[in-house]
Amino acid sequence: MKITVRINGANHTRDVEPRLLLSDFLRHDCGLTGTHVGCEHGVCGACTILWDGAPARACLAFAVQAEGHELRTVEGLAPGPGQLNPLQQAFQDSHGLQCGYCTPGILMTMTAFLEENPKPDEAQVREALSGNLCRCTGYQHIVDAVLRAARAAEQRKPNA
Amino acid sequence: MKPAPFAWHAPDELEAALALKAEHGGEARFLAGGQSLVPAMNFRVAQPAVLVDLNRIATLDTLGFTADGTLVIGAMCRYRRIERDADVARRLPMLAEALAEVAHPQIRTRGTLAGNLCHADPASEMPAVMLALAARFLLRRKGGERLVAARDFFLGPLATALAEDEMLAEIHIPALPPGSGTAFLEVARRRGDYAMMGVAAVLRRGADGRCAAARLTLCSAGPVPLAADRAASSLLGTRLTAGDFAAAAALVGAEIDPMGSVQASPAYQRHLAGVLVTRALSLAAERAA
Ligand SMILES: Cc1cc2nc3c(=O)[nH]c(=O)nc-3n(C[C@H](O)[C@H](O)[C@H](O)COP(=O)(O)OP(=O)(O)OC[C@H]3O[C@@H](n4cnc5c(N)ncnc54)[C@H](O)[C@@H]3O)c2cc1C
Ligand code: FES
Ligand code: FES
Repeated sequence: MKITVRINGANHTRDVEPRLLLSDFLRHDCGLTGTHVGCEHGVCGACTILWDGAPARACLAFAVQAEGHELRTVEGLAPGPGQLNPLQQAFQDSHGLQCGYCTPGILMTMTAFLEENPKPDEAQVREALSGNLCRCTGYQHIVDAVLRAARAAEQRKPNA
Repeated sequence: MKPAPFAWHAPDELEAALALKAEHGGEARFLAGGQSLVPAMNFRVAQPAVLVDLNRIATLDTLGFTADGTLVIGAMCRYRRIERDADVARRLPMLAEALAEVAHPQIRTRGTLAGNLCHADPASEMPAVMLALAARFLLRRKGGERLVAARDFFLGPLATALAEDEMLAEIHIPALPPGSGTAFLEVARRRGDYAMMGVAAVLRRGADGRCAAARLTLCSAGPVPLAADRAASSLLGTRLTAGDFAAAAALVGAEIDPMGSVQASPAYQRHLAGVLVTRALSLAAERAA
């Protein structure tokens, strides 16, 4: 069936089977391969995207269900080609990634988290990270990166 | 893996969804948040021929209190909405407290309370919380409905009182009377994982300060969410002291039947039950003061 899904502000119209997972739709049909697939049962978090602004697993929804919703993927974060947004920059500066497999899902999880909690403490960051697995970093540098991004946002505020 | 093919229906109206379920019976499954059903379909453990998707039925996404203080939660009300509701946090704090332990934020964005209860995982926090809060479930089918007490709903692991053509349409949670205190505590390997053991306690103090009502329920403690009624009744009329809690915790051991898992042996689960019952009761008693 024909569907139109809004991703990072652009419409994508494709002919799909109802059983097509949203994660596969993003990667294979739309070519947005930044969303990664690790487990396909909701556990690893690599496929996390923003669904109407809230973090959700792309592997646990069907593409046909996304019609009429606003999706955001990791491709929607950077302000332009070759550039990083402040959260991505903080991951680079804090060595918050090694192989990078988990990184898109973590960036999307933390984008939503920081919007709701602009000044988190370390315990809150660790709790927010509980739904994303990373096999490389031991998490410390990821936590550092998120705290760094929050501090940087605070300093960018006009009155700070 | 990928799901097997299915026919997908996404009606806008409740009646259409009930008619589809009546027509297709056991061949069809309702699709709510998909956070249990889709993993099962990806593994092909579940291969429904028909999916009746409830996500477009706006009238099922409801959350509100009636005049007598009952909280009514519609079938498509997601965890995310419940856990962010200030009135729920104030009037039924145990619900918010336990929801924070259910899965991860990304799962709570889409998962629904009704879907959780219909999935009936004995390790899930929510069935035990529904028992502790004396919830009732409104089951609807084409041309009829009935109310079932949470106590009578859970029949076994992944088995409920739902008939093939029935939907869990609404969850009704009665108001807690003045003088009540509640607590939910669990131990899990990692934040958001299913509990190795979880305990929900509801206590009420009378005007004389003594215990006037008590309910104690556990998850991961048997094939269904368990109500430890003997332990709870042992508290009635007591002053809710540490000694009373220890006596109740000792009784719980005879009322549970933990099955063990790769993470925890039955003996360890029993140990956790004793510790958590004592802690949950003292916390609930403090909050009932
Ligand atoms: C990584 C991960 C971790 C998790 N951790 C936990 C946890 O710690 N604790 C916990 O409790 N849960 C946990 N869950 C499960 C989660 O809570 C699910 O959201 C919930 O169990 C199912 O709700 P749903 O709305 O997603 O239902 P769905 O997956 O859509 O449906 C579940 C079942 O119920 C049926 N159904 C759904 N709605 C209705 C209805 N209204 N009437 C009749 N039948 C219906 C469906 O047909 C299906 O059989 C976890 C899930 C994941 C992926
Ligand atoms: S691929 Fe979706 S959570 Fe692992
Ligand atoms: S950086 Fe390799 S999995 Fe996280």
